[in-house]
Order: sequence, then structure tokens, then C-alpha cells
Amino acid sequence: MNPLGALAIYRFEMSRWFRTLTQSLLAPVISTTLYFVVFGSAIGSRMSAVDGVAYAAFIVPGLTMLSILTESVGNASFGIHMPKWSGTLYELLSAPVSWWEAVFGYVGAAATKSVLLGAVILLTARLFVAYPLAHPAIMLGFMVLTAVTFSLFGFVIGVWAEGWERLQIVPSLILTPLTFLGGSFYSIAMLPHPWREVSLFNPVVYLISAYRWSFFDRADVSVPVSLLATCGFMALSLVAIWRIFATGYKLKP
Amino acid sequence: MTDSSDSQGPAQSPAQSLAGSPILQVRGLAKTYAGGFQALKPTDLEIRAGEIFALLGPNGAGKTTLIGLICGLIRPTAGTVSVGGFDHVRAYRQARALIGLAPQELATDAFESVWATVRFSRALFGKPRDDAYLRRLLEDLALWDKKDSPIMALSGGMKRRVMIAKALAHEPRLLFLDEPSAGVDVELRREMWGLVRRLRDAGVTIVLTTHYIEEAEDLADRVGVIAKGALILADDKEALMRRMGRREISLHLTTPLAALPHGLGDLPLERVDDGARLVYAFDARGEAASVSVLIRRLSAEGIEVRDLETRESSLEDIFVGLVGGPR
Repeated sequence: MNPLGALAIYRFEMSRWFRTLTQSLLAPVISTTLYFVVFGSAIGSRMSAVDGVAYAAFIVPGLTMLSILTESVGNASFGIHMPKWSGTLYELLSAPVSWWEAVFGYVGAAATKSVLLGAVILLTARLFVAYPLAHPAIMLGFMVLTAVTFSLFGFVIGVWAEGWERLQIVPSLILTPLTFLGGSFYSIAMLPHPWREVSLFNPVVYLISAYRWSFFDRADVSVPVSLLATCGFMALSLVAIWRIFATGYKLKP
Repeated sequence: MTDSSDSQGPAQSPAQSLAGSPILQVRGLAKTYAGGFQALKPTDLEIRAGEIFALLGPNGAGKTTLIGLICGLIRPTAGTVSVGGFDHVRAYRQARALIGLAPQELATDAFESVWATVRFSRALFGKPRDDAYLRRLLEDLALWDKKDSPIMALSGGMKRRVMIAKALAHEPRLLFLDEPSAGVDVELRREMWGLVRRLRDAGVTIVLTTHYIEEAEDLADRVGVIAKGALILADDKEALMRRMGRREISLHLTTPLAALPHGLGDLPLERVDDGARLVYAFDARGEAASVSVLIRRLSAEGIEVRDLETRESSLEDIFVGLVGGPR
């Protein structure tokens, strides 16, 4: 075991983040604030309560999840893509570090950043609206689980992508639409007939619904199913990463 | 990082500090890419502890492939590698901890400071923090006063030294320097050679690749020649020069010689410049008759020598003979 090595990668990734803390943290805080101004105050004041929850409060979990998903994938994919692109990957490949130690470093750091960011967003939201928090421990658990899962997914994308453009394809073409259509800003119960059923094929619906449940004790879909789906996706990402290292896919010629 | 299972594997023998014993053993190591390109033909190589081994070869010959295969950057198609007695797959942790690698490309984390990057390298290889060692290392590489500078602010030569500092941060016993003097000016190259010698004196075994023959001739204890993916030979530099080198004694005569006297027919003498010069050439060093004997035999034939010069073929001549040109 090489805990020092794994920790070194984790620290390296975190220090990169702290070096650009203003951008890393301020940008999402500003965008969240904008969402609250637009959706919470301006539009929200004209909207009726959703499932008995004021609209401004209703969008808090969805917004947080949106940021966690995007940031997890973004941070983790950048973290491993950067050394691939710059050539510094040689050092990792030649070091006495196992694949899961490397994953701990890269994915752990990416997930940590997302969770910290999620916390900041929740605190920022608190300035605008007093939302309830029915199951705080489960809320935190979901946040960590989602951050880890999507950081693993981001790691896979970072290895797969052969250029910076490709790195953006999955997040912008798949993840963002899925998140927006996943009920960040609405309950899928509000959708008309075929779209509600179609939405059930969107995995993000389950994530957001379960996460929202931890706030309001109310969910569109079953919480255990959601938990299971997330764990399933995590297992899938882990298997993908394990295969990447077993075959050297796009890392070792 | 590795793809193998995490088992430490049955290490054949622990690393030994006996000078001259092999620190690296490569057996049948080969690489064929999916497209069918054979980058390295099955290769055997032994590196002795404490030596400087220069891997010579034209660009694209397979030098970097060989190093990449040993260091875990490229997946071998066949063969085994053992470092200090540890198999580089089954006992990759022990094997890799002994190796330091400074690749040819200047790949660094541009925004990191020199100090942060060498500390990272040391920790990545599982070594506990040792600021005193890292300080000595940076001082030795003339980087100490730059320790807080971001790497991107450094010159090319300094970046090259940062790469070497990173490779040495975990105190490896075997250092790979891939083209250490590529793109480096003459003065800096001399400095680099001094550094390589100091490292060897400190007990580090060094394998360097180069396509500057001068570099190998100046630095190496042993030389390997690689061409078209095959290691053609690996031998002591001196032995190589002795075996393949040619030595000539050129004798300038007072009066030109019309023909070579029969009495000298047993000597490898050649008449050149219309008999104004005699060239005495031999392949092996030290196996020739001594110069005084040669002169005496010439005098006995009434041939007077005005001047004499000797010339040894360089490693370059040998190399060109082997691979048909340095490029």
C-alpha cells in the first residue's frame, strides 16, 4: 500500500482548486444567486407552491444537485485529462501507485470539491429562502454518494476524451439536458402525460427526487429505487475504471 | 500506476548493494503495437549496479520504447523486467520505488512551484517527507534559489533539471535519463554530464539515451546500440572500441617509397600519397607491435620516418558502421 502516494495526488488536486478558489467557488455562488433571483424571487413569487413547498424552497435541492453533478464530472475529468494532455501522466504511470490509490486521489479530491461547493450553495440559498431539512444526515449522505458517483463517471470521461472539446461533449450534450429535464426546477408530476413517463427513463430524476425527499420528506419516485440506481451507476463507473487500468485503455499504449 | 493485482508477488531476491551485480535484468522484452508495428524486438539487457549505461540509437530506433516498457509507461507484448530482484509486474511497488525516470519531453505542472513539485514526486513514490534531502537535491541541481518559482517561469535548461530533481526526489537507485541533453546548449550539456557523474559517484546507476555519440563516449561505462527496434549490442565502451575500433599509425617518410619492401610484407602496411606515407592499421588495441619495433623494422629496410601520427576511430565511426549513420 502507498497511502502517501494516494494522499499526494489528493493534495495536489485540492491545492490546484485552492489556488483558484475565487473562480472555483465564486462562480457557482454567483450563478446560484442568479437562479434564485430569477426563479426564486422573480418567477417564484408568481408561482404556486409545489407539493405544499414554496417554489423558491422547492428548487433548492435541484439546484444543488445540478451543481454537484456538473462540478463532479467537470473536476474529475479535468483532473485526469490534464496530466494526459500535458504529459505529466508519465510520473503517475511510473510510480508505485495502484489503480485504486490513483482513483482515491483524483476522485476523492473531485468529490470533496463538489461536496464543499454543494454546502456553499445550500448556505447561499439559505440567505434567500428558509427551506426545511427533514433528514439532514441522509441529505449529506446523498450529496456525498452523488459526488463520488459522478466524480467516478467524470474520471472515465477524462480518460476517454482525446481533447478538450471532447471533454465537454458528455457534460454539455448529455448531463446538462438530463439535469434540466430531471426535475431540477419542477416536480415531474407537473409534466403532461407522455413526458412524465419518458422522464422516468432519466436517471437524474431519481437522484433529484430522492435528494429533494431528504429536504421535504416528499418524493416523485421511490427513495430506495433512487438509492439503488445511484449505487448501480457507481458500480458501473468503478468497473469501467477498473477495466481502463486493466487494459491500459488510452493511458498506456 | 499499474493494472496488475495488488499482490506483492514472490520477489526473487531483495535489492542488493553489491556494485557490479545487475540492478536491472530485461529478458525477451518486446513491444508490437496493435497496428502490427514492432517497436521493440525481443530484447535482453542487464544493467550493473553503479554503472553509466548509454543507449545509443537514431531517432525512432526504440530507445524511448525500451525505457517506457521498463518503467511501466508502455504495456509489453512479451518479456520480463526485474529491478533489484523485483519483478516489475508482480512486485511493481518495490520495483518502481527503485526507479527514477526523467523523460525526454519537458512535461511539468506549469503552475506548481519547484518545491511543491519535488515534494509531490517524493510523496507519490511513498517516501516520507524529507525537506533536508530535497533541499540538498535542489542545491545540487542549482535550483534552490528557484524553489518558489512556478515551473513555467523557468528556462528550458532549468525545467530539464526540475525533471531530473523530480526523478531523484524519492532517492531511486536506478535513474533513467531519456535524452538529457536534447535541446540543451553546449555549456549546459557539459554541466549535465558533470551532474550525471556526481550521481554515479553517489551510487546511482544511470541509464541514459542519446543520439549524441560524443555524450556516450564521454560519459558511459557501457554502451548499447539500438536500431530499428533491436538492441544490436551492449558492451563495455572500452571493449567495444577495442573490438570494433580501428587504430592507425600514419608514418610520414623522408623520401617517398616506390614500393613496399618484401621484408615488411607481414605487416599491415599500406602505401598512400604516392609512397610519401605509410599507414599501419590494426583492429585491436594493444595487440599491435609496439611503435619502436615498427620504426626499427622500417629503419632496417632503410626507410626513414620524418613524422608520425596516430589516429583512433571514435565511437561515432563504430556507430556509423553499425547502423549506417547517426540519423
